Amino acid sequence: MGDKEIIRVEKLTVRYGDDTILSDISFSVRQKEIFIIVGGSGSGKTSLMRHMVGLETPAAGRVYIGGQEISASGPEMATEPLRRIGVLFQGSALLGSMTVAENVALPIEGFSGLESDAVASMVNIKLTLVGLECYGAYLPSEISGGMKKRAGLARAMALNPDILFLDEPSAGLDPVTASEIDNLILHINKTLETTIIIVTHDLDSIFALGQKAIMLDKESKGIIAEGSPAHMRDHNPDPAVRRFFSRKPA
Amino acid sequence: MMNHDPDSKTACFDIREDENGSLAFFFRGRLDISTAPQCLSRLSSLVKSRKPPKLLIIDLGDVTRMDDYGAMVILRLIQGLSPGPDGFRLENAGENHGRILSLVDFGQPECSVPSRVQDNIIVQLGESTIKSLKGALFFIEFIGAMVFACARAIKSPGSFRVNDTIRHMQNTGVHALPVVGLISFLLGLIMAFMSSLQLSQFGANLYVASLVGLAMVSELGPIMTAIIVAGRSGSAYAAEISSMKISEEVDALYVMGFDPNLFLVLPRMIAAMVVVPLLTVFSCIFAVAGGLAIGVFFLDLSIGAYIAQTIESLTIFELCWGLSKSLIFAILIALTGCLRGFQARGGADSVGNAATSAVVTSIFLIILFDSVFAVIRSYW
Ligand SMILES: Nc1ncnc2c1ncn2[C@@H]1O[C@H](COP(=O)(O)OP(=O)(O)OP(=O)(O)O)[C@@H](O)[C@H]1O
Ligand SMILES: [Mg+2]
Repeated sequence: MGDKEIIRVEKLTVRYGDDTILSDISFSVRQKEIFIIVGGSGSGKTSLMRHMVGLETPAAGRVYIGGQEISASGPEMATEPLRRIGVLFQGSALLGSMTVAENVALPIEGFSGLESDAVASMVNIKLTLVGLECYGAYLPSEISGGMKKRAGLARAMALNPDILFLDEPSAGLDPVTASEIDNLILHINKTLETTIIIVTHDLDSIFALGQKAIMLDKESKGIIAEGSPAHMRDHNPDPAVRRFFSRKPA
Repeated sequence: MMNHDPDSKTACFDIREDENGSLAFFFRGRLDISTAPQCLSRLSSLVKSRKPPKLLIIDLGDVTRMDDYGAMVILRLIQGLSPGPDGFRLENAGENHGRILSLVDFGQPECSVPSRVQDNIIVQLGESTIKSLKGALFFIEFIGAMVFACARAIKSPGSFRVNDTIRHMQNTGVHALPVVGLISFLLGLIMAFMSSLQLSQFGANLYVASLVGLAMVSELGPIMTAIIVAGRSGSAYAAEISSMKISEEVDALYVMGFDPNLFLVLPRMIAAMVVVPLLTVFSCIFAVAGGLAIGVFFLDLSIGAYIAQTIESLTIFELCWGLSKSLIFAILIALTGCLRGFQARGGADSVGNAATSAVVTSIFLIILFDSVFAVIRSYW
């Protein structure tokens, strides 16, 4: 793929207090790519994603999105590039005092410039995309965990962002819905040319989506493998990596 | 939104009308999130002045980029014109645009949506009455459950959480000391000053000491302390427990076999029962100190005489009366705080509501019970 790079992570170090979670990692994501971050539980995937969207200030290193440094000065500088980004959080992060439809409408109302009845049509389209067309009037506390995930996804892609960050989009979903979500992700990637960064453990999604993946590791605090998932499963020199991708215990 | 095409008369599409009653829209350029607002505003003025065509033709041949916002524009065009018997036809939609249009369901979803319409005022009145009666019932149930929790704690003292209790004592008591002390000191100061204005006319300055002492010990000390603790800690109890409730932590405790009442409420209640009477004692001492300051500096009383007069006016009964009131207030504060916490459901705003209603309810109950005490005493 000859597309140009859209995200660059340069010698990033992630540290909480004295605990170094990731040290000195570098990689880049190309435009229109589906980029998968894998790794064991607690290996720092969510932390890495929080750094990539500028929610956290790195202990060292830099993150660039579209050539602009996002890690420089905390959330307040970043609102302009942030509108080109959509984020699905691991815990969905829906606003509990608003209905599902109001949650999805929030960014559309705020930034698209549409009239309110057009916003309503748009919310309907987005909810239909994730299969929640009948749940717009429910509060987040009234829907299931998997439905919250899907509502969060609808909100993340409300403004058709250039880059979507998805933290475990198919966690808590049944296999059928999970593969529907995978198809949706592929579809968004293809038709809207969205760059998608996914954190996931789900091997089916990894192989269904995967063009490129990196694997983080807790012990070595860095990237232990990168490349296409199928290649990593079959040809990686590290047996731990091969085991991870073929679901075999040590 | 940025206005790419300032001329909104020609934005997005051209129109051609046929004699046979068909209407064709030729969309061009970008048809996506960046142009949707302009397209729609041009469309809406067009659609209003037109009667439904026999056939609506939508041509996407010149569209360079399309997303679901563009699909929404087309959807609204079709809905707005509600074309006649021949319906509508999409033309020259390439593979990509077709795929996006396939995402959009041109029919309306058939779902049963829970209704959230406002009932009329009589229904609302009835519902809120039932709700408050249920609330009262829940309160009584809760008191019953607490009695059982206490009994269980006495039977197996190991299940009582001593460390939590000590932590709550520190938060409710020790940390409240400065504000209780300051407010009581100022209250004593004010009372002494205001009463001295009247009493000095009769040369009865010394009775300022009795007035401050008696009023604080039997009435104002317990009430002021209780109100401060309700505002500081009652609300905190409600916020802590309600946020645990909405994040399923309370349910987690329950299914692990812990009694949430014993685990969460009892430590807070015991802590409040220990520290509120102590705070009341401090409050009285500080108020007397405030009165003393006025007495010594403005009324030319000696320290010894002031203190002697204060002690003279108080009885053991008065002291016990005040303290037992503050003990009851402590129970009320802890119970309402925790109860409001347990009643919370929904999202983050319910935490705020729980804290607010905990303070309001406990202050109301404090005043109510104080009046009851006053009535009891008058018939003693
Ligand atoms: N705010 C924080 N303060 C301190 N340590 C943190 C914080 N957030 C994360 N950590 C630590 O960072 C490490 C990585 O956490 P992270 O949430 O990134 O893991 P993860 O790879 O997303 O795991 P999972 O797959 O379970 O979601 C963990 O050891 C965690 O204890
Ligand atoms: Mg995580």
